Amino acid sequence: MENLAALTDEALQLVVGANDLAALDHVRVEYLGKKGQITALLKNLGKLDPSERPAAGAEINRAKQQVQEKINERKQALEDSAIAEKLASETIDVTLPGRNAEIASAHPVTRTLERIESIFSSVGYTVEHGPEIEDNYHNFDALNIPAHHPARAMHDTFYLNSEHVLRTHTSPVQVRTMENQEPPIHIICPGRVYRCDSDMTHTPMFHQVEGLVVDKSVSFADLKGTIVQFLQSFFESDLNVRFRPSFFPFTEPSAEFDIEWASSKTGWLEVGGCGMVHPNVLRASGVDPEQYTGFAFGLGVERLAMLRYGVNDLRLFFENDMKFLDQF
Amino acid sequence: MKFSEAWLREWVSPELTTESLAEQITMAGLEVDAIEKLGGLFSGVVVGEIVSADQHPDADKLRVCSVKGDGDELKQVVCGAPNARPGIKIPFATVGAQLPPGEDGKPFKIKKAKLRGVESFGMLCAQTELQLGDDDDGLWELPDEAPTGAPLESYLNLNDALIEVDLTPNRSDCLSVKGIAREVAVLNRLPFKGADIPAVKPVHEETFSVTLNAPEGCAHYVGRIIKNVDVSKPSPLWMQEKLRRSGIRSIDAVVDVTNYVLLELGQPMHAFDFSTLEGGIDVRLATAEEPLTLLDGQEVKLNEETLVIADAKKAVAMAGIMGGAETAVSDQTQDIFLESAFFNPLAIAGRARRYGLHTDSSHRFERGVDYRLQSFAIERATQLLLDIVGGEPGPLVEATSQEYLPKEGRVELRRERIESGLGFSLPDDEVLDILTRLGLELLDSSDVGWTFTIPSYRFDISIEEDLLEELARVYGYNNLPTTSLEVPLAIPESSERQIGLSPARRLLAARGYQEAICYSFVDPKILSLIEPDAVPVVLQNPISADMSVMRTTLWAGLLPALTRNINRQQSRVRLFETGLRFCSPDGSLEKLVQEPMIAGLIYGPRQPETWHGKSDNVDFYDLKADVEALLGLSKTNAQFVSGEHSALHPGQTAKIIIDGVEVGILGAIHPQLQKAMDIPNGVFLFELSQKVVTEAALPDFAPLSKQPEMRRDIAVVVDQSVSANELLQEVRDSAGQYLTQLKIFDVYVGKGIDKQRKSVALGLTFQHPSSTLKDEQVNGYVGAVVEHLHEKLNATLR
Repeated sequence: MENLAALTDEALQLVVGANDLAALDHVRVEYLGKKGQITALLKNLGKLDPSERPAAGAEINRAKQQVQEKINERKQALEDSAIAEKLASETIDVTLPGRNAEIASAHPVTRTLERIESIFSSVGYTVEHGPEIEDNYHNFDALNIPAHHPARAMHDTFYLNSEHVLRTHTSPVQVRTMENQEPPIHIICPGRVYRCDSDMTHTPMFHQVEGLVVDKSVSFADLKGTIVQFLQSFFESDLNVRFRPSFFPFTEPSAEFDIEWASSKTGWLEVGGCGMVHPNVLRASGVDPEQYTGFAFGLGVERLAMLRYGVNDLRLFFENDMKFLDQF
Repeated sequence: MKFSEAWLREWVSPELTTESLAEQITMAGLEVDAIEKLGGLFSGVVVGEIVSADQHPDADKLRVCSVKGDGDELKQVVCGAPNARPGIKIPFATVGAQLPPGEDGKPFKIKKAKLRGVESFGMLCAQTELQLGDDDDGLWELPDEAPTGAPLESYLNLNDALIEVDLTPNRSDCLSVKGIAREVAVLNRLPFKGADIPAVKPVHEETFSVTLNAPEGCAHYVGRIIKNVDVSKPSPLWMQEKLRRSGIRSIDAVVDVTNYVLLELGQPMHAFDFSTLEGGIDVRLATAEEPLTLLDGQEVKLNEETLVIADAKKAVAMAGIMGGAETAVSDQTQDIFLESAFFNPLAIAGRARRYGLHTDSSHRFERGVDYRLQSFAIERATQLLLDIVGGEPGPLVEATSQEYLPKEGRVELRRERIESGLGFSLPDDEVLDILTRLGLELLDSSDVGWTFTIPSYRFDISIEEDLLEELARVYGYNNLPTTSLEVPLAIPESSERQIGLSPARRLLAARGYQEAICYSFVDPKILSLIEPDAVPVVLQNPISADMSVMRTTLWAGLLPALTRNINRQQSRVRLFETGLRFCSPDGSLEKLVQEPMIAGLIYGPRQPETWHGKSDNVDFYDLKADVEALLGLSKTNAQFVSGEHSALHPGQTAKIIIDGVEVGILGAIHPQLQKAMDIPNGVFLFELSQKVVTEAALPDFAPLSKQPEMRRDIAVVVDQSVSANELLQEVRDSAGQYLTQLKIFDVYVGKGIDKQRKSVALGLTFQHPSSTLKDEQVNGYVGAVVEHLHEKLNATLR
């Protein structure tokens, strides 16, 4: 009993000195284990006077408890520092790039087309496609552009033979739709079109979206509303739109439309053409112009993409340079 | 059409600035392309008069002139021009004058100078030095009546602007100053009176017969002989200036006058040297291969659809397009025969183009010339000619075919159509005001509407809609109402199976493919490297030889796009494209199929360059994974079988088969093609029919089993020629209905295996929908598989 205090001090010292869990456990076994030195004192209680036993027992248990607490404390500290060490050793540079992060994108023309399609689809227009090698009838004749008419020469047409051309606009899709479908018709026709012209501002292939509405009592005012609403939606801006009289053989009255654009020389930029469908066009496709009227419009997709994304050179759209495509 | 604002203002002069005028006509449908201000090019230049010109004492080529015009005193000017002589009037740049900048872009200032010891106070100018013409042949000799001392700018009326209008083909009525003026008068509610053109009194009776042998092409022809003209006389400066400002060079007085009338009134005219004509004028169709040498020197063989002016012997002009060289007015000409005719647009349209021509005349006749203008125009031209070159006019000779002359058109307008067509109602008086100002005449009116006659110069008005456009145009498109289109909100049909191209695009983009858009016409050389047996459809008029045939495969655009990127230092490229390919077994359009395809290629390292370590270059299975993922969109069951393609490596090509139909192909680029296109590393390409990715099956639910799965792995050794496809098929055929999954998890070739054989490790998973499978059952299934494989494929367990 006389060495309890000494044993306790000794154990506490060892606890403090234990540098890992194994050493700490060793101290526990050595002093508090079944054969531990402090535990052994309990076994010797029997040799004491019975009157002294309770007090001595309590003292030994206090000592045991004291050592055990210290061991627990030390254990917690050792575990904490082990975790801290592990965390420290596992620290990485989170600013390094991740693995396989690449994502590519749709072509800006596709992106623009999809935007146009979604705007018109949202109010019920459907999307129609057609062949790109067209016959004269669908590309010209049915659209009130007779052979030798100066308007036909204006189209800079690519010919495949005397009867077939690369479509110069997507209007033939409108004709094909009217041939196959009864009014009311609300469609847009996106796609590639071709003109035999190539310079800074023209590529021999480009994209158009044309729209066609044929129904009872469709007016020029409706056409204007449709164009203005579309452009404001597309550019997400209350921009000003103006209409100028123009000429297309397949519409009457015909108009070109401009948007107000600060960086343009005149303050306005032409973005498309439109008009009320010419009765000859309706008639050619089997629609009675006394019963139905309609409007049609055409938009240049590259033009819209250039304005929207600030692209400064039309030809970039078809060079397919990864550094260009990557930006969209 | 380019015209001088000052000339227009002689006809009608609204109180508008140049810019407002341009804006006004643009908004009325005559789109102004450009405005060029004439004034301000130079300053300090006056009309000078050379009083004396003496030889310079020390220079052979220089003369010392005394010039009047700068103040009251004579000024001494040293001049090197050969035509410097006393008595002529010339542009005189006085000391302090500023001339248009030269090639260095800096304005040229006139200072007092000494030339070879003689003082010079100013400079005498040529046209080119003032940028007022192309004549740099000495000093510009001004007319004698030019007022000495007057500022040249005001004398030449250079306070002018040139307005260029991009006219649409329907507005032929505006292809003249008179026509534009008529339009401007309408827009500004100003009175417009046509030119007052009195008939010239003939001074002799000589005529020349005119026969209309093709009246459907020419129904009205007016001619006149003018004798004893003096063609050495130049046209007056005012006329030359008006022509110049309209973009037409002065040639000689006769040509200038015909051009002037063309610009002023819109009537193309022609003048023949009368002595070269024989017998009489015959307006007829050419005979096949009939020869004609044109004014521009071109010798053409005419075809039978070409209208010509002929005399008794030969064709002398291509009607309405260009005159002939042999009958042209020359400096020897004494008597001329003037022509003013109406040619039907249908008889002229397309003809000039056929001979590679486009003239001011054909441009107007193709679009329509006022069929009542011919006599006025010839009177106007005669008067101008008499004023300039003198001569003795004969009586008008006129031939008309009433049958073929255009009939005065009529058009009806229903009041109700204004509202239904334009979306608003216009008061009657405003309708009538606009239309009558435009030259239509009210013939009849009723409760329903009106009937009008159409003016002879408006070839673009024939139906009610044309009148709606006129009303809207003059009223102002932007003053018309703007409304929302109203449609019933009916719910349309909607297909869940048609998923469109967007999912495929998103998927490929997520796998690192950039979308390309290549031209549909490609280089035949490259196409023949890719598909030597294809017969592409050929363009008749390509932009260039390397864009002359329609692609039969999208690879014909993608491979050049790849090489372009490689040339721009890209080492890793992934591209895809969607679009039509144009295939015809024999290149004919009758058998042409325009098929929507989706194609792509991968090139270079598998991963983008990164700090994780270098990655290998892509191989067939990288591409195949992408294609399998694409096919996964449609949830259809596609098979890959070994295939062939001229562009692909014969051992690394797979066809894709769905329901027995080939729908696409993929593989490694053929090494020969790779070499021919100079591509450093391998390329892997695919091309699929679009419908494979745009049409999807609806999901079809199968109940989930709660029973445990049992997996067995086996490794079988088979001949190398046995494909994975075959092996898997045989396993499926023999494993029974409870096989739920089948995977290949290893393929081994090498040590321990016969050289012609390979070991394939298979994982088979079995599951019963409603009861637990027992080991013996599963062992039985696997045993059956092993036995079946042995029998069918000579497979042994490893």
